[in-house]
Amino acid sequence: MNRIRIHGGRVIDPASGRDELAEVVVADGRILAVGESPTDLTVDLEIDATGQIVCPGLIDLATRLGEPGAEHKATIASETRAGAAGGITTLACLPDTHPVMDTPSVVELMHRRAQEANSVRVLPLGALTLGLAGERLSEMVALQQAGCAAMTDAGHTIRDTLVLQRALEYAATFEIPVLLTPADPWLSQAGYLHDGIVATRLGIPGIPATAELAELGRSLALVADIQGRTHFGRLSTQQGVELIARAQNSGLPVTADVAIHQLFLTETDCAEFDARFHLQPPLRSIADRKALRAALNDGTIGVICSDHQPHDSDAKNGPFTSTASGACGVDTLLSLLLRLVEEGVFDLRQGLACVTINPARVLGLETGCLTPGAPADICIFDPDAVWWCTPETLRSQAKNSPFLGWELPGRVNHTLVDGLLIHRHDDPL
Amino acid sequence: MTTQLHADGRLRHFLTTEGLPRQLLLQILDTAESFAGVIDKSVKKVPLLRGRTVINLFFEASTRTRITFELAAKRLSADVLNVNVATTSVKGESLLDMLRNLEAMQADMFVVRHAESGAADYVARHVGPGVSVLNAGDGRHAHPTQAMLDAFTIRRHKGDFEPLIIAIVGDVMHSRVARSQIHALSALGTGEIRVIAPRTLLPRDIESLGVRVFHDMRLGLQEADVVMMLRLQRERMQGALLPSEPEYFRIYGLTEDKLAAAKPDAIVMHPGPINRGVEIDSRVAEGPRSVILEQVTNGIAVRMAVMSMTLGVYQEMPREPA
Repeated sequence: MNRIRIHGGRVIDPASGRDELAEVVVADGRILAVGESPTDLTVDLEIDATGQIVCPGLIDLATRLGEPGAEHKATIASETRAGAAGGITTLACLPDTHPVMDTPSVVELMHRRAQEANSVRVLPLGALTLGLAGERLSEMVALQQAGCAAMTDAGHTIRDTLVLQRALEYAATFEIPVLLTPADPWLSQAGYLHDGIVATRLGIPGIPATAELAELGRSLALVADIQGRTHFGRLSTQQGVELIARAQNSGLPVTADVAIHQLFLTETDCAEFDARFHLQPPLRSIADRKALRAALNDGTIGVICSDHQPHDSDAKNGPFTSTASGACGVDTLLSLLLRLVEEGVFDLRQGLACVTINPARVLGLETGCLTPGAPADICIFDPDAVWWCTPETLRSQAKNSPFLGWELPGRVNHTLVDGLLIHRHDDPL
Repeated sequence: MTTQLHADGRLRHFLTTEGLPRQLLLQILDTAESFAGVIDKSVKKVPLLRGRTVINLFFEASTRTRITFELAAKRLSADVLNVNVATTSVKGESLLDMLRNLEAMQADMFVVRHAESGAADYVARHVGPGVSVLNAGDGRHAHPTQAMLDAFTIRRHKGDFEPLIIAIVGDVMHSRVARSQIHALSALGTGEIRVIAPRTLLPRDIESLGVRVFHDMRLGLQEADVVMMLRLQRERMQGALLPSEPEYFRIYGLTEDKLAAAKPDAIVMHPGPINRGVEIDSRVAEGPRSVILEQVTNGIAVRMAVMSMTLGVYQEMPREPA
């Protein structure tokens, strides 16, 4: 049943290194073949991808979908639709929800809502410690069995080093990947902006780059001892990148990601108190941005995420320091990635690897590639189309994008999940 | 930053001294000079703002700043309303809702003090086209009228800014006054601006604002024409910024002995309220070189100047700098 042939497109599959004009055939929800298909093959649906790029569906490693607990900001239904329109087929969802994703029941709730939304995959990430409080370990194995691909305390740092050590050890016992966002809690708790020229001028308490470095140093010392797979998320500083590179060179099982806004924006974007640029970790200096881009090029950082954090307008309305941090980003992830390609950060294949096979490997997923037999999660986009980022063009329920007003390349025309067409441009399914 | 200027370069709001042209700062000083004459008369009132409504919107407790703004507005014949939000409780009402309500009462000007940096800027972004906003202090960001009254006081004593060495001493990190002083004094062409403080009280990259940093007070005061002390809030002793008040006073408190390093005719300033025996010795605060009370008096004229200029009733073009 349900066979789809995608023809005429340039197929880029970073996992296999393929980048050529080819056909992709999908059967029963899985990739059947990539290359040339028999002309007598009967299909239920032909998709003409001429002039377009066919690649694995994107995997966004760090998102928040509003549910449960912040449905006034966003819902799984709204954000999965936005994700589909952005070519994203898997939204990994951070556990800092209300209630916290630290028990299988919350994970099941997420799955049920995602099923009702009938769109892209929602992949809950489990809490590393109960209530994200950094005191007691969560039932990681139960969470994993409920469907959590990895454990993380999201933006919360485990202050007690002994608890952190045990969390890493316990996760390593069961080969559960751990995601950490490095920020020393004492150096960062009172701050809102990168501790630099702009924070000094505006009189806003800063978060020094050393906050990232200090926490990375502590975590890496433990990882070196435990040797468990650890992924460091939302890197923001040059020094942080250097430390990760050193750890990788010495053979530690360490990977890293960066939020895509860090690759474009800097502290100077905050110079007018615009709360859309209130982010955590904060936007850093131009030198940091340069180092982050270089780290993508040399592979130190292998994953780019949107760090999608939808907010209602009230949450962003007020003096800078009383607004909520975070930006929405699923709508712009692919387009900004294409912009990085245009700006020479990497070639398209390497860029797509950062949002497909690389995050799939971090999370241990079988998606993120076009290997025959893999689930048919596919994104087909026109790289030459151009769109304006405005509140109206954003599909996310939230409009807190720091890229409003930008002209962006790339439009997703088709998104498939498990071989089902869940998004078609100009035709809301 | 929300633009403070009308398209023709006149002042619309007064939110920060940063980025304002020298001509405009001189115009404020000159206008203030003309009002200083009014204050010295027995009938201390001019009818420039008759029929206008000024609302003092204070989200942070303050007595002297609110009083001088109130006096300034009253001497310009405006109707003045004081909304002391710090004590009346906001009842969950957002800053924006409160603002909209007050604006609906046909206010012409908001004088805003708020504990968060950027609050005055935020208010200015949300008021209607005919309404002006004066920043009476927002977090650690800016206190532009204080900086201008300081500049006014300095000019009265020292004349031209260009040959001057001005030292700012104390808690620069938490000080909106210091930031506004630095921007104003450098725009006015001050020869050298110094900051003197331990590293825990200096924000990162403060040199980028165009100041020289000193940690040794005697070295920093050498040859200074003006010594501007900053208030050290007592809560700074918590949080490991400083070990103790006595140690701070020993090293950075202004005493006659340390002041001897400055020029013999150096003046001593302080934005008040002063902490005697913490940042300044009583003998210096009350000594012959102190102009601290003069600053308070000058504050009224400077605030009258800014109020009349932002409400567009003082149209005189700036004079050429002397």
